[in-house]
Amino acid sequence: MPQNKILILFAHPLFEKSFVNQELVRHIPFSNHITFHDLYEEYPEFDINVKHEQNLLEKHDIIIWHHPMYWYSCPPLLKQWIDMVLEYDWAYGKNGNALNGKSIFQVITTGGAKENYCATGKDRFSIPELLEPFNQTAKVCKMNYLPPFVVHGTHKMNEEEVFNHAKTYAELLLFLTKNEINSEEINRNFYMNEWFLKIKSNG
Amino acid sequence: MDNGFFIQAIIYLTSAIVCVPIAKKLGLSSILGYLFAGIFIGPFVLGFIGNEGEDIMHFAEFGVVMMLFLIGLELDPYKFWKMRKFILGMGSMQLIGSAIVIFILCQLFLDWSWQTTVVIALALSLSSTAIVLQTLKEKGLSQTSMGRSSFAVLLFQDIAVIPILAIIPLMVSGSTVEAENLHSSLISDFDAWIQTLIVAATIIAVYFSGRLIVIPVLRMVAKTRLQELFTASALLLVVAVSYLMQLVGLSPALGAFLAGVVLANSEFRHELEGDIAPFKGLLLGLFFIGVGASINFKLIIDNPIFILVFGAIFTAVKFFVLFGIGKFYKKSNDQNLLFSFGLSQAGEFGFVILSFSMQLNILPNILANQMMAIIALSMLSTPFLLLINEKWIDPYFGVKEKDNRKHDEIDEHNEVIIAGFGHFGSTIGRLLRANGVSATILDNDSDRVDLLRKMGFKVYYGDATRLELLKAAGAEDAKIFIAAIDNPEVNLSVVEILRKHFPHLNILTRARNRVDAYELIDHGVDKIYRETLYTAVHLGVDALTQLGHRKYSATRQGQRFIKYDEAAIRKLAAKRHDKMAYLATVKDEIEMQEQLLKNDLHINFSASDHAWDSELLKKQISE
Repeated sequence: MPQNKILILFAHPLFEKSFVNQELVRHIPFSNHITFHDLYEEYPEFDINVKHEQNLLEKHDIIIWHHPMYWYSCPPLLKQWIDMVLEYDWAYGKNGNALNGKSIFQVITTGGAKENYCATGKDRFSIPELLEPFNQTAKVCKMNYLPPFVVHGTHKMNEEEVFNHAKTYAELLLFLTKNEINSEEINRNFYMNEWFLKIKSNG
Repeated sequence: MDNGFFIQAIIYLTSAIVCVPIAKKLGLSSILGYLFAGIFIGPFVLGFIGNEGEDIMHFAEFGVVMMLFLIGLELDPYKFWKMRKFILGMGSMQLIGSAIVIFILCQLFLDWSWQTTVVIALALSLSSTAIVLQTLKEKGLSQTSMGRSSFAVLLFQDIAVIPILAIIPLMVSGSTVEAENLHSSLISDFDAWIQTLIVAATIIAVYFSGRLIVIPVLRMVAKTRLQELFTASALLLVVAVSYLMQLVGLSPALGAFLAGVVLANSEFRHELEGDIAPFKGLLLGLFFIGVGASINFKLIIDNPIFILVFGAIFTAVKFFVLFGIGKFYKKSNDQNLLFSFGLSQAGEFGFVILSFSMQLNILPNILANQMMAIIALSMLSTPFLLLINEKWIDPYFGVKEKDNRKHDEIDEHNEVIIAGFGHFGSTIGRLLRANGVSATILDNDSDRVDLLRKMGFKVYYGDATRLELLKAAGAEDAKIFIAAIDNPEVNLSVVEILRKHFPHLNILTRARNRVDAYELIDHGVDKIYRETLYTAVHLGVDALTQLGHRKYSATRQGQRFIKYDEAAIRKLAAKRHDKMAYLATVKDEIEMQEQLLKNDLHINFSASDHAWDSELLKKQISE
């Protein structure tokens, strides 16, 4: 059975104050097939080592941008990462095929509730709509962009709920390392969470 | 205290205040200023002071004593051990070489007794620690190869004075010496060998009492937390040691030097330095005024040819002996010329040895006075010799002020000038060069200049406080001037000259620390870079990280701290003057620290922004 290697690019400028993300990260399984890469810890001065990042990307099959949602986007260092690492002729362009065929998706936490993220809600747009720029970035890099794994409502979440989300995240990661990615099937879902729930209930 | 004292004080201080700044303006060393001040007020020009000049000299010799105490304090035994080869090698070669050549010449051409000749040869072989060290400091040459060698030679001479003064009495043991002439020494009634023994015992006693008595007493005094009491103890220490040495007929300077070495490793080193330094500076100034005043022009006029020729010959002898040593130690021509001219004079120890020998009747009075005039003249000649060397000799033999080899490059001026290419300046230069910006470099270490030219840098060699050099280096066309000289005083004077003559220049200035920065702020300098700020904050950030803080948060705290500290230093710089604390003494520095620490308590760094922090939001939601 083919094993997928997962690279988690984690970006949180105030990780020490985010209980939800601490739990999510704490539950990431120890595995030769999962690399956890803490961007803010690695590059506190934003001096990203592009070669190193590209090497990491080349060694993995599934890329995860794991970050909180700030102002409908990612934290600044992740944007910096995107700007610097995804180079022309490496990630995109006629000869830029380094990421061709790899899968990518986002793991997002939001303070607000899921209901807010729709045309009639406070935030007016759905999460996938807001993530379109990331989707498009992945497309340009010939990657296979999958729906996000989202944890909503972190502002008002009790510990048990947090643990449940963290456990699901861990299970998802393990599942993805061991199984072939069926993009078509996953893409039929709004969130990665929904698809994985179905898989789990199907046993 | 009668009016005479005040008038004297006014004359001395006024002459110093008038002459020293003029000398500085003319680009001469402050020593020359003091010497001229002495000549002007002395009996042969204005006659404000008469024969009391000699009394003043005795008093002012204490400046030399204090200087040696400070030299001793600076002398880390480890450093001494590391330099032992140079101290012993260069030092003994210089002293023995010069003394022997002078001795032979005198014996050949003059009909002096051999004792007289030995004393004179030894007296003239010693150089002037005061002049050389002051010159090195002012020219910022202390850290160059010639600076270190000069220090080694001077140190050997300072130490050699002990045996020299111990040997001189032995030379007269056979002849009839009038005990009355030696009342300055308690032990002069004894046999010569007992005297020598007592001298040795005293030196050992100074060493042990320093360890066993002085340091515990200083500890006690420090506990009273009375600054002036500490200053008093420091002075008492120096005076007492000097007196003790005088009792046994030795130079007080040596005693003070010894006391300094004994205390060099104690925790009071810096405090003693801070307390004694102002006295030293003032008394040393007085000493040089005294030297100027005591030059007996009458003797010179009576027999000018003898004095001038003798002075010239012995200076030449010392110069060539030193030059030979420099060659032996493979010094480059520039360094060797500076080294040889710098140490070519006779010095204050010459006075000490001569007056000591005069008391022992080894020297006839007139000859001793002539010799003193010669020593004074030779001390006077050093700054001029160095000037002549810098202007006319060195340019032909040594590293050129500017590099003439590449004529095509000379016309094109760089936008950036870096003054001082030590560890600090060179880092800047490398960063600029890595980015394709070539800078013009000013430096006064000829060995370094040579190397840099070989590496293809455009380098001007010389003193960056000289306006012509700045002009030659293209200060008129440059955009940015980086003042990165090691010596903060030199750096400051460069900045001042630039602001006056090249107001268009964008000046970026290095400051060693907070005290330097205050000084620069006082002079209206805008862009100040403290060496001790950024590195220390960087280290602090890493320490926070090692303690488990997130790297990014720690980095942001560091950035905030730098901003806060840079704002604070400007506020405190202004405040400093309210308290009239112009001199940054050790005490002030501690006060400054206290002020800083107190201010820090009022600042809550973490509360200054709320980026990415949802704490407040959550609170509102739950309300």
